Amino acid sequence: MKRRFKADRFLVQRMGISLIALAAILTVVPIIGLFGYIIAKGAPAISWEFLTTMPSNGMRAGGILPAIVGTFYLTLGTAVLSVPLGIAAAIYLAEYAKENWVTRLIRIAIINLAGIPSVVYGLFGLGLFVLFLKFGTSILSASLTLSIMTLPVIISAAEEALRAVPQSFRTVSISLGGTRWQTIRKIILPQALPGIMTGVILGLERAAGETAPILFTGAAFFLPRLPGSPLDATMALPYHLFVISTQVPEMPIQIQYGTALVLIVFVLGMNLIATFIRSRARAKRQW
Amino acid sequence: MAAIKIIVQNLSLQYSDGTESLRDINLDIPANNITVLFGPAGGGKSSLLRCLNRLNDLTEVQTITGKILLDGENILDPKTDVIALRRRVGMVFARPVVLPMSIRQNLTYGLELAGEKHKSKLEEAVERSLKLAALWEEVKDRLEEAAVALSGGQQQRLCLARVLANQPEVILLDEPTSGLDPISTGKVEAALQELKKNYTIILVPHSVQQAARTADFAAFFLQGELVEAAEGKEIFTHPKEKRTEDYVEGRFG
Repeated sequence: MKRRFKADRFLVQRMGISLIALAAILTVVPIIGLFGYIIAKGAPAISWEFLTTMPSNGMRAGGILPAIVGTFYLTLGTAVLSVPLGIAAAIYLAEYAKENWVTRLIRIAIINLAGIPSVVYGLFGLGLFVLFLKFGTSILSASLTLSIMTLPVIISAAEEALRAVPQSFRTVSISLGGTRWQTIRKIILPQALPGIMTGVILGLERAAGETAPILFTGAAFFLPRLPGSPLDATMALPYHLFVISTQVPEMPIQIQYGTALVLIVFVLGMNLIATFIRSRARAKRQW
Repeated sequence: MAAIKIIVQNLSLQYSDGTESLRDINLDIPANNITVLFGPAGGGKSSLLRCLNRLNDLTEVQTITGKILLDGENILDPKTDVIALRRRVGMVFARPVVLPMSIRQNLTYGLELAGEKHKSKLEEAVERSLKLAALWEEVKDRLEEAAVALSGGQQQRLCLARVLANQPEVILLDEPTSGLDPISTGKVEAALQELKKNYTIILVPHSVQQAARTADFAAFFLQGELVEAAEGKEIFTHPKEKRTEDYVEGRFG
C-alpha cells in the first residue's frame, strides 16, 4: 500500500512537470511559427529597391520608402517629446516627491493610462491636437498622441530604475556636501541610465508599431512625396500594412508580407538593442 | 583640558514613528581628541552623530529641540548652510560605501561638488588624503581602477580618505570597523590616532574594547540618555554610575 502511494506521487509529479513544459512549448510555437511564416512569405519581396523607392502603380509595385521614413520620423518625434518629459517625471516621483495623496493619485493615473486602448488615444489626439490646437493631420499631432501613450511606460520604467540605485549612494553623496540635484546628476542618473534606456526603447517600440493612435492624427493613405515638415501628414509602416492588406484590390501578397517583415525587423531591432544595453549594464554594474 | 569644539545643549530628538531617540543631551566635545560615544544598540549614539552634520535632515524627524554649537554657532538653526556644514563635518559609515567610479574619482568627488576644477589641487588632495588614511602605498599605482575592486578594509580607508579630501574640521565615524578584520581595524585605529592631531574625531566604536582602546574622552549612552561623560581613562576604570560600570564590565549589552 505504501509503495503504491509513493509510485503515484512520483507519477503525479512527472505529469505536472510535463504539463508545465508543454505550456512553455505552446507559448513559443506560435511566435516562432509567426516569424517563420512572415520571413518565408516576405523575404522574397525584400530588396534594396523595395526599401528605397516610392510605391508605384497604386502601391501595387515599387518600394515602401515613405512608410519606413514616416515610421522613423514618428518614432523620433515621439522620443523627442516623451523621453525628457518622462525622465523628468520619474526623477520627481523617485527622488523628490513625498509619499502623500498627490503622488498616489499620479501613480494611479500612470497605471491607468497604460491600460487605455490605443484607439482612445487616437480619438483624444484627434480632438486635442488635430482639431483644437489646429496642428492638423500631421507628424506633430501623431507624435504628440504617441507620446502620451508612451509616457506611462517610460515613467514607470525610469522610476523603477532610479529606485533600484542603492540608497547608500545618496546618503554618502549628501554627506560629502552634495546637493540633491548634484547627487542625482552625478550618481543616480548615470547608474539608472541603462534601466531608463531599456524602458524608453520598449515604450518607443510600442509606439512604432501602433496603428490606431496615428490613424486619425497623422497617417496618410498615400503620399506622392516624403514629408517635408512636422506639420505634414506621413505614411507609416503599420498603417501602410493595414491599407495594402484591406483597402487595395489586387494587391500582390508578397508586398504585404514584405512590409510586415520590415515592420517586425524595425520593432524587433529596437527590442534587441534594449536587451543588449540591459545585459551589458548588468555585467558592468558595481552594486 | 583641550578647547571645546562642539557643545551639545539640551538636545532632544523624536522620530516621526514615535520612537524617542535622544533625551536632553548635554555634552562638550573637545577639539583634537577622539571622543567616543558608546553604549548598547538603540542608545542614540548614531542619532547624535547624524545631528552633528544634519544628515538627520534626510530622516523623518518629528521634533528636535536644543542646540548644537560648532565653534559657537548653532548648526540646528534653520538658516544654517547645511552644504557648508557637511564639508566641515565629514562622516564615515558602518558599511564602506564606495561610489561606483574609480578610486581617484571617489576622492575628488566632494571637491568637485564644491566646484574645484584645478587639476593640481585635485591631485594634491588625492595624495594627501590617501596618505592620511594610510592607503597611499597600497593604491598609488591603481588610482584609475574601480574602487569596488578594493578589499573591505581598503574600501573603508578610502571612505575615510574621501572625507579627508574635503578638509573637514570634524570627522564622525559610525562603527567604521564593524565589518573589518582585526588587521584592517588596527590600521584604521592607527590612522585615527594620527589624525586627531589636526581633527576633532567623534567615534561610535563597535565594541567596548575599541572604546577603551581609542577614547580620549568617552560618553556612555543608554536608551536615549547620556548617562556619564568623562575622560577615557576615568570612565573605563572608575565609572561613577552603576549603569556605566555594569556595561563596561560586560554585565549587559
